[in-house]
Amino acid sequence: MVSRREFVRLCTMAGAAVGLSATAVSQIVEAAAKGLKPSLVWLHFQECTGCTESLLRTSHPGIADVILDLVSLDYHETLFAAAGHQAEAALQDTIRKNAGKYICVVEGAIPTKDGGIYCQVGGRTAVDILNDVGSKAGAVIAIGSCASWGGIPSAEPNPTGATGVPMILKGKPVVTLPGCPPNPYNFLGVALQYATLGTLPKLDELGRPAFAYGRTIHEHCPRRAHFDAGRFAEKFGDEGHREGYCLYKLGCKGPMTHANCSTLAFGEVVDCWPIGIGHPCVGCTEQAVAFRIPMHTTVPIDRPTPPDTYPPVHAAQGSISPVATAVAGIIGGAVIGAGYVASRRIDDKDTPEARE
Amino acid sequence: MMPDARPVGGPILTRPFRVLLALFSIAAVLIVFRLATGLGRITAMNDGYPWGLWIAFDVVTGTALACGGYAVALLVYVLNKGRYHPLVRPAVLTSALGYTLAGVGVALDIGRWWNIWRVPLFVWRWNLNSVLLEVALCIMAYTFVLWIELSPAFLERAERTSVAWLKRVAARTRPMIEKALLWVIALGILLPTMHQSSLGALMLIAGPRLHPLWNTGWLPLLFLLSCTAMGYAVVVFEATLSSWLFRREPERRMLADLSQAIVPLGTAYVALRLLDIAGRGQLPALFAFDLYSVMTLVELALVVAAVGLLLGDARRQRLGNLFRAAMLFMLAGSVYRFDTYLVAFRPGAHWSYFPSVGEILVTVGLVAGELMAFVLIVKLFPILTLEKRHAAYHH
Amino acid sequence: MPISRRTALKVVLGGAAAAVATPVTASTPIAAPADAVGLLYDTTKCIGCKACVSACREANGLEPDTTWSEGRYHAPLDLSARAKTVVKLYDDGARSSFVKAQCMHCLDPACANACMLGAFKKREYGIVSYDVTYCIGCRYCEVACPYGVPKFEWAKAAPRMVKCELCNHRLAQGRQPACTEVCPRQAVIFGRREDLLREARSRLAAYPNIYVQKIYGETDGGGTQCLYISHVPFDKIGLPALGEESTASLQRTIQHSIYKGFAAPVALYGLLGAVMLRNRRGGGEPS
Repeated sequence: MVSRREFVRLCTMAGAAVGLSATAVSQIVEAAAKGLKPSLVWLHFQECTGCTESLLRTSHPGIADVILDLVSLDYHETLFAAAGHQAEAALQDTIRKNAGKYICVVEGAIPTKDGGIYCQVGGRTAVDILNDVGSKAGAVIAIGSCASWGGIPSAEPNPTGATGVPMILKGKPVVTLPGCPPNPYNFLGVALQYATLGTLPKLDELGRPAFAYGRTIHEHCPRRAHFDAGRFAEKFGDEGHREGYCLYKLGCKGPMTHANCSTLAFGEVVDCWPIGIGHPCVGCTEQAVAFRIPMHTTVPIDRPTPPDTYPPVHAAQGSISPVATAVAGIIGGAVIGAGYVASRRIDDKDTPEARE
Repeated sequence: MMPDARPVGGPILTRPFRVLLALFSIAAVLIVFRLATGLGRITAMNDGYPWGLWIAFDVVTGTALACGGYAVALLVYVLNKGRYHPLVRPAVLTSALGYTLAGVGVALDIGRWWNIWRVPLFVWRWNLNSVLLEVALCIMAYTFVLWIELSPAFLERAERTSVAWLKRVAARTRPMIEKALLWVIALGILLPTMHQSSLGALMLIAGPRLHPLWNTGWLPLLFLLSCTAMGYAVVVFEATLSSWLFRREPERRMLADLSQAIVPLGTAYVALRLLDIAGRGQLPALFAFDLYSVMTLVELALVVAAVGLLLGDARRQRLGNLFRAAMLFMLAGSVYRFDTYLVAFRPGAHWSYFPSVGEILVTVGLVAGELMAFVLIVKLFPILTLEKRHAAYHH
Repeated sequence: MPISRRTALKVVLGGAAAAVATPVTASTPIAAPADAVGLLYDTTKCIGCKACVSACREANGLEPDTTWSEGRYHAPLDLSARAKTVVKLYDDGARSSFVKAQCMHCLDPACANACMLGAFKKREYGIVSYDVTYCIGCRYCEVACPYGVPKFEWAKAAPRMVKCELCNHRLAQGRQPACTEVCPRQAVIFGRREDLLREARSRLAAYPNIYVQKIYGETDGGGTQCLYISHVPFDKIGLPALGEESTASLQRTIQHSIYKGFAAPVALYGLLGAVMLRNRRGGGEPS
């Protein structure tokens, strides 16, 4: 049990982490105080459980506080004590009781090949479970790249036909939070906003919340100044790498990747993300990039802006081709030479007899 | 009528002709490439040197080398020296081909060549301050005039054909043209006077970017003097070369007397250039022995050498001398134009330009095409008035 | 009265020579149009952020000029077919200055003087703008401009000329040019030429020890609508020393003194015709 003071502090932290206003925070407190904890059903499919693990490492608020005080976690295969038929019964019970109101979170991709037999829980395929549970939910949140668009199981040759929630669950707005793993605070922000205000944040055309996925890493990277000044790490461990220079040449996918890893720390540890520790971003949120473009292959830059170097007042331009000079010289020489030779031959023909 | 002019005859596809054809074909392929991909891929021109080999040589020098028709017309029709009449047709042919080549060169060089028809037609859009407009209109008109001047040669041949309708058309057209010929020829003197001098004035717009050794209000007159002399030089060159190549008797006396015209023109040119340079206080620049100074001295030296080879009757009687003098003056005038357009033009020391291999090959191919056309036409049509060489001098 | 051949030739060639040899006289300089607008660039305020370069590219819908940055940035080395403005750096070790380059919108533009069918022409607000319909891509404007401003699209099969047009498409919507709108230090500002001149004069007077005491473009090359004030000599930042007369005016004087409209050519044609007719009737030298 937690004191009201602590509880308010909890809500403030959670709200602050994802930019909810003070009003929203007080609404969270009110709703929770009334005991109106929203029901949350968490489905696991083709996943590594990394998204859940990511969530377990929050502290502002900590997952335990979230589960106990802010939401009613009615189904979660990792955190449940129950198992087997007991767990399945709990699930059916929840979705019946809270129909149209519960939050359905999906972690992991859904296989579609061969009738979806590659992932079955309790004898039902993932596709069926999703259609059943998802269709009756108030809000559907696909957490992680796997649930958003297929993630690592969908990498070539995608033998199971793994795909994401929006591709299966039609006719329902699906919030996608790609990332491998995603930043847990992005999830908490969406979930808490829905739980307290009943609304979802502004989403882009792929269902990603704009507050988290509206910019590319490149646009807000702490190493951007080095990129602009043309300072790069050329090889792992070289001088530039040790100076913390831009990792673009090592294959950083920052310019193509929409995410907020550079501004919202994972696990509240600053620099606890690839670029922070000196490895180029691999684009784990983007379907076109992650597990498709090799990690150390460079990518083109969208919307290029000028760097911190300046051309001189008079910049050297144009070139003189040595081949062309040689050709011109040869042709010129040949023409003049031929002309002179011709003139001598004309001289020879020009005998005194001819001149009479 | 030119009763003595006759087609040279003989086989067309000689080995030299085939070589020229090969060169022309290379140029044709490059031209298609240029039209398809733009100027940047095939030429080395850049924003510092927006005009390169194609303008400086194909157009500016090419038209100057095509001033033979102009020069001879002055002599025959204004100064009334009728005995040079036999030189008129070959000179006009060289001019017609030269100006046509220049026209092709322009069409290739301009970026939006499909718009060129607007230039003569959109009279209400004419910017009368633009020297280039005047040059363009004059050259278009003069090219047309040259082919009209030349048409009697083709019509004469057409009148002897077995194709009936062609014969009728030719027979009816020729008298009409010959009646108007005087006014056409007068145009053929007016137009080059205008545009050859304007080709000098053209570079004046570059203002401070034109080196002081060339940047003078006398550019129009200098260009006019040199192109007229080049006209005589080309006539001598072409006549001597044709008679040697086709194994005919050269018109010695005529050529010796004609070449005399180069002397006063060349002298006036050198005098004017030196007086102008001195008068504008640029003598130190002339002897600075940098690139600009050396090129100017080379230009002047070539003219002096050409004139020197033509002083005195004895020198003029030697055909080889005439030929060398002609080539020297053609070279002198060409170098002067190259210098005015490419060397004197200074966009800044940071810019570099030298024609690319593509530009050079296209120029060579176009010149080859012009030579092919010349040979073809003189062999098929009554242009040249040459007596067969005495049998004793065949080699 | 019979004319001898010699006389005839002397008259014809002498007339032509006299026409092309008439000495040059200066003409009245062209005044700024009443609605002339322009830019005032102050080197002491520019911080080299290049926001103007980015904004210009976006506002004009140009492809990035990545030629000199290995395909990564819009980093033009100079004005080009994809860069209507550029910020350069002058640094001789002791002194430094940024300089923004773009079309100067001259009062008597050499490019407009050169353009055969008026593709480049001084239009509303005195802006030298481009009408591609009448452009044949001859690049005479590039030869003419003393600042080397108009650039040609060498890489295209259907090329245009490219240069700053003071964002006249934005002016039509009542907005400023993109560069002046985005400049964080107001180093480049937009306004009517007379207002900009007044502002420039007041700055020069207020800080005589900082600024070179001259407004570049007030009379240079006939005057321009884009003005510069600077703390380093103007030739160091790439602005050439030009006299007060525009090159266009000098060229016009020479050409018009030769041609005098169409009078001289027509007269010459008449004279030629007369001489040749006389020759034909009088008979010539024996052939």
